Amino acid sequence: MQVSMTVNGNTVSEDVEARTLLVHFIREQLLLTGTHVGCETSYCGACTVHVNGEAIKSCTMLAVQADGAEITTIEGLAEGDELHPVQEGFWERHGLQCGYCTPGMIMSGVALLADNPSPTEAEIRHGIEGNLCRCTGYHNIVRSIEYAAAKMRGETPPPAEWEEASA
Amino acid sequence: MSTTSVLGGVVKRREDPALIQGKGLYVDDVKLPGMLYAAFVRSPFAHARINSIDTAAALAMDGVRAVYTIDDVRHLGPLLAQLPVGKQRPLLADGMVNHAGEAVAMIVADSPYVAQDAVELVDVDYEPLAAIVDLKEAASDAALVHDDLESNTIIAWAGHEWWAGVIPGKDGSAEIEAAKQRDDVVIVSQEMVNQRLIPTAIEPRSVVADWNTGYDRITLYSSSQIIHAVAAAVAKTFGLPTNAVHGIAPEVGGGFGCKLNVYVDEILTCFASKDLDRPVKFTETRREAAVSTIQGRGWIGTATIVGTNDGEILGYEFDGIADMGAYSQNITIAIPLLGVYVAQGQYDIPLSFNIKGVHTHTMTTDAYRGAGRPEAAYYIERIVDIYARKIGMDPAEVRRKNYFKKEQFPATTAIGLTMDSGDYEKSLDAMLEGVGWSDLLAERDQAQAAGRHVGIGLSSYVEVCGFGPSILAEFGFSFDGYGAPSAFTGTGLVRVNTDGSATVIIGTGPSGQGHETAWAQIVADGLGIPMEHVTVLHGDTKESPFGVGTFGSRSIAVDGAAAYGATAEVRTKAAAIAAHLLEASADDIRFEDGSAHVAGSPDKAVSWADIAKAAHRPHMLPEGMAGGLEAVNYFDPPNATWPFGTHLAMVEVDPETGNFDILRYVTVDDCGNVVNPMIVDGQVHGGITQGVAQAVLEEAIYDQDGNLLTPSLMDYPIPTASDVPSFELHRTVTPTDVNPLGVKGIGEAGTIGSAQTIVNAVVDALAPLGVEHIEMPLRPRRVWQAIQDAKGA
Repeated sequence: MQVSMTVNGNTVSEDVEARTLLVHFIREQLLLTGTHVGCETSYCGACTVHVNGEAIKSCTMLAVQADGAEITTIEGLAEGDELHPVQEGFWERHGLQCGYCTPGMIMSGVALLADNPSPTEAEIRHGIEGNLCRCTGYHNIVRSIEYAAAKMRGETPPPAEWEEASA
Repeated sequence: MSTTSVLGGVVKRREDPALIQGKGLYVDDVKLPGMLYAAFVRSPFAHARINSIDTAAALAMDGVRAVYTIDDVRHLGPLLAQLPVGKQRPLLADGMVNHAGEAVAMIVADSPYVAQDAVELVDVDYEPLAAIVDLKEAASDAALVHDDLESNTIIAWAGHEWWAGVIPGKDGSAEIEAAKQRDDVVIVSQEMVNQRLIPTAIEPRSVVADWNTGYDRITLYSSSQIIHAVAAAVAKTFGLPTNAVHGIAPEVGGGFGCKLNVYVDEILTCFASKDLDRPVKFTETRREAAVSTIQGRGWIGTATIVGTNDGEILGYEFDGIADMGAYSQNITIAIPLLGVYVAQGQYDIPLSFNIKGVHTHTMTTDAYRGAGRPEAAYYIERIVDIYARKIGMDPAEVRRKNYFKKEQFPATTAIGLTMDSGDYEKSLDAMLEGVGWSDLLAERDQAQAAGRHVGIGLSSYVEVCGFGPSILAEFGFSFDGYGAPSAFTGTGLVRVNTDGSATVIIGTGPSGQGHETAWAQIVADGLGIPMEHVTVLHGDTKESPFGVGTFGSRSIAVDGAAAYGATAEVRTKAAAIAAHLLEASADDIRFEDGSAHVAGSPDKAVSWADIAKAAHRPHMLPEGMAGGLEAVNYFDPPNATWPFGTHLAMVEVDPETGNFDILRYVTVDDCGNVVNPMIVDGQVHGGITQGVAQAVLEEAIYDQDGNLLTPSLMDYPIPTASDVPSFELHRTVTPTDVNPLGVKGIGEAGTIGSAQTIVNAVVDALAPLGVEHIEMPLRPRRVWQAIQDAKGA
């Protein structure tokens, strides 16, 4: 079957088997391997991408269901050399270790802040419940999203814990 | 070391820019021309005889290239293991299956979808047999897991027999028996389960094998913590020299021990690649990660303390069984022994520790974050808490009273091991002062008086890591079983390139621990050059000297020290070159800000580029000096390292639902000197969370027929962001002298200290109701039931 969609601003048109999952279409046919597969069952969220502005898990959506959609993957988040504030937050606040869940986590973080620009810690934690991380214990992921939220509101992000400790 | 010092400071990770933009390379991202895809037919039974396997329908399917069974690969022998004690795993089931999920046949096809379809077409005639799952039943030998073994027990530590004559340990059994006979003692005893866990790295394991039959060389990508060992095992299996296999572990998406192993798929993809003359990829599904990648823990045991009424522990006894699963893999049998090493915790007390490892019809167990040490810490720290409650003494003071004292270090444990350094009271005091212990107890008491079920849990812990001394190779700490008889030595190569930049090639490889950043800090500091001039390479057996890998919190303490040593050698030669170029004495050369100058004459300087140029034009060098500017260092520490710390949790239980909130989680960890505090804190956060997960959420459950009931993330709930609080971290610093950096290792500490801390806190909250113990995981139903049982009692 033929599917067409806009991925990271580019129009793509490809032949797919009807059963092809969106994540496999993105990874295997478009060669955008930043979107990961962690569980194939929608629990881990490593495959999170934006479809028409909403964060969705691309491992349980067919490529044909995304026909005509506008898709953003982790590769499409930065503007040229300028990182998205959520990406920057993860770097600044050590929000990743092995990096495998990170693209999906960042995509969920971006969607969360689009809905709620000033989330509390509890709201951040609730907002990323659909994305599992096994390395960080989420502590620094929360700090990363707090950093990004402040930055996107035009405020100075709170200092890093290690900066506070040495102050 | 120099004004450009970056050692010990926070440096943002150089790994991150690629990873946050989706540009990191993981094994499943590797796509080679003509690549085929493997999938496995797996047993639905835990124990069954295989009468026949019919592969015809699968082979006839469009796009299927091959279907392999044991008949194709029996000549390769079983899967190699580092410690091949007990039953070794066949590459594919050989007439019998011994755990649900065991690989029976391998399909290779043009696409992963077709391979998966073909799995359904392989017809296996199984004759189901009774499965042995229960540990006590297995230990009784009433029925055997493997008919060709004499017993289900494959490893036992009783008293001190195992190391008798090697390490002069002291069996405390007689002393403890004598203490029990006294009429002024208290004896507390509790049977406890330390349940099976599934490591659950978010990246499923993945392997790509490319056997070039023209050169008889294999390129093997694997998401492994021990890529050198995997490459060696592949070479040994196929009768190739070790260097015929080029192992590559690019980004590894979390390991936690489950990628510290050699797996049948790593051997079989190579076999298929040779047979079909095409690259072959296998990536496990999440379900396969649960049923056919190693699991951890799985102990049942009884802990007993004999002590006085005023808190002096006269002896600690443990009698337990550890689940080895159906087959021995990498270091399956060593896990209980790692528990023995730290069995007595931080306490200078007589010890009698008895544990046996038994086969069952379940997936193999092996190293999972902490590997034996969380189990040991759990038992001693739970029973110390139970003892403190029994005698009505402050649990902090009971602990303090029995600690090894600062002046005893280096201290000798009951089994005869030497602990490098420690100051346990300093750690406890830092915790008690940090949280305001007496105020916190008062806060709890007030809450309880007001009818709230608030509790505080404390745990001390000591761990042993940084493996390790090469002498241990004579006791199994080596890769002999894989045909690579290297000890767990650290390796590092430091090279100054022609332009004056430096390349560091390390034998170990990260799975999220930030090696690239930490090693760049070590080398930049040692050479006095900017970090951005240092490139760190890892995870490639062709580039680096034989490397051991990341496990047992060993990398920084062993391979970090090797890089430090290589850096020092390079610096010495560079100083001689600079002295020659500047017509000065090498002793007067100082390295700062990317150049070398003569002490007291900052203008008399040469840059690293000048030094590198001379090193690569030997006529410019001092008479007799060889060209090049590089050094390789094999670091052999005299001992392992012994980090320690204190954890505290405050919880509030809702007695109506059995649910509880973690109000505070506080740690004081001591891992010696710290290379990058940000990375160390991150390791602690993740470690705590995995221990809390064991305490609260996770359990690999097998039914009586050996079916794993928890193979998905729905049944096996690893923590979400809402399941854990933000953590309060503190540190004490007690350096070790077993390596020149004074570092100990921090990867596992958080996990070793945390599970019992949570259980101690919940039991403390419910103690007024009469609750004495609750088995992990403390899911609401179990907590609620414990409350009901206590009320009924």
